[in-house]
Amino acid sequence: MDNIIEVRNAVYEYVDEDVVKRAVDNVSFSIERGSFTVILGHNGSGKSTLAKLLNGLLKPTDGDIFVDGINTKDEETEIEVKRKVGMVFQNPDNQLVASVVEEDVAFGPENLGLHPSVIRKRVDDALNSVGMYEYRESTPHRLSGGQKQRIAIAGIIAMEPSCLILDEPTAMLDPKGRKEIVSTLRKLNKEKGITVVLITHYMEEAEKADRVMVMNDGVIIDDNTPKEIFKKVEVLKSVGLSVPQTTELLYALKQNGFNISTDVLSVEETANAIAYCLEEE
Amino acid sequence: MLRDITFGQYIETKSPIHKADPRVKMVLLILVVVLIFLAQSMYGLLLSLAFVSMVVLVTKIPLKTYLKNLKAVLPIILLTSIINMFYGDNDSGVLLEVWKLTITYGGLYRAVFMALRIVLLIIVSSSLTYTTTPNDLTDGIEHLLSPLKFIGLKSAVHTLALMMTIALRFIPTLVEEAEKIMNAQKARGADLESGSIIERIKALIPILIPLLISSVRRAYELAEAMECRCYNGGEGKTRMKQLKLTSVDFKIMAVTLIYGVAVVLINIIL
Ligand SMILES: Nc1ncnc2c1ncn2[C@@H]1O[C@H](COP(=O)(O)OP(=O)(O)OP(=O)(O)O)[C@@H](O)[C@H]1O
Ligand SMILES: [Mg+2]
Repeated sequence: MDNIIEVRNAVYEYVDEDVVKRAVDNVSFSIERGSFTVILGHNGSGKSTLAKLLNGLLKPTDGDIFVDGINTKDEETEIEVKRKVGMVFQNPDNQLVASVVEEDVAFGPENLGLHPSVIRKRVDDALNSVGMYEYRESTPHRLSGGQKQRIAIAGIIAMEPSCLILDEPTAMLDPKGRKEIVSTLRKLNKEKGITVVLITHYMEEAEKADRVMVMNDGVIIDDNTPKEIFKKVEVLKSVGLSVPQTTELLYALKQNGFNISTDVLSVEETANAIAYCLEEE
Repeated sequence: MLRDITFGQYIETKSPIHKADPRVKMVLLILVVVLIFLAQSMYGLLLSLAFVSMVVLVTKIPLKTYLKNLKAVLPIILLTSIINMFYGDNDSGVLLEVWKLTITYGGLYRAVFMALRIVLLIIVSSSLTYTTTPNDLTDGIEHLLSPLKFIGLKSAVHTLALMMTIALRFIPTLVEEAEKIMNAQKARGADLESGSIIERIKALIPILIPLLISSVRRAYELAEAMECRCYNGGEGKTRMKQLKLTSVDFKIMAVTLIYGVAVVLINIIL
């Protein structure tokens, strides 16, 4: 199996005066190249800390993290790690540096010292792949939240990373913006083969992932396919996560004695499952 | 309303001057300012008037817009003219004598001359900001300062340019935020519009402090995002946009040069 990221017994502790807060507690896992992984967890469970560990923005207090075989602790390869693992944050307003869209997207490739014509091509490609090419000469503050976030993604894509980590990129967006981002990510994953690690607290966004990891209190308490994860309604509720409404409904029916399968997610599948169950009765 | 601050004074009319290279425009502006100061005679000044009128026409921006900029400096123009009025030589004939002050014809001429000169300087300077976006101005400044790289100020030039870029990018965001905070404080009964000056300044504190705190948070997040985009202080950085001189630039240079030679010739002959 070809892994882009390898995490071995990683620990991260924030030291605030004398208080030590262990935000990531002895975590080990790997991310397969080309996969789409979702990390779920409620506020303060350590998701952002974990994300920053994965691209070397934070160095583990203990344990090791390898990106394409490079240890993130190595000082000389710091830029290399950031180029391979791109990161998109929650607030698009605080990630954009220039007031012209295409100049902002060019910021990363310019820092890499690429030739102007290569930068031009990468900027155009990146803007096309997030569907924002026609806005290349606009100014970000005139765009919607979802559009700004797509520009932020383009700014990372233009550095041609192998892996894209997104830390709650949809948290500040309306439902329309959220859909835009999720479908953009799916497209980048399918068409460009970019590995995606999406951190979110919206369950729906996990439905079509290859793999879902659930974090609680600095540890990964579950790691499976979305269908398997959502079966465990009790567990998810106990760590403060809500399950999709469809799952919740099926779960309630099952608890009340109906012989119904709970491993479906979409509204249609759920309707079919209920219809099937009623026929059986 | 407040949000349009970012665009500075830029007005799009697609004139040839809009298309010109910002570096050329900036250097020529400095040259023209010097020439207007050099034009000491009436002919020199009239020639400058003709040149500036031509610039106004070519930019296709209405004269009214240019004159708006004059309003703010009108007191300065008046003050300079009035002071100059009393400094004419007495040989040119006395126009008016009030108490101990005499106004001569020479003084009046000086006053008009000075006023016209300031008006021309302001109009020609506005033509730069009207025809060049703040981003292009930033680019131009960065390129013009780039020779400083050779005396070891490379990172200083780069940092200055980046600071200007980020400032332009964040002004509208912060203005929007300030508006939000103001509305929130007004909803809680804050009174920002009445009272003495001291009271009004005091009322601003609950707006400035949240704004400051949020700016610090933004700066911190921006720094992290920039680090993720491989920013390392600008070392080995290239630029996507390369400024290139076109025929428009050469034409503008030629016209300005002719004007310059004429001013110098008039100065020598007269
Ligand atoms: N700079 C810091 N200094 C001290 N403690 C911190 C710092 N940043 C985070 N923490 C603590 O570490 C823990 C994990 O924080 P983290 O931001 O990784 O969680 P999160 O899952 O991303 O939460 P959220 O959903 O709110 O983004 C929290 O208990 C938080 O209080
Ligand atoms: Mg977080």
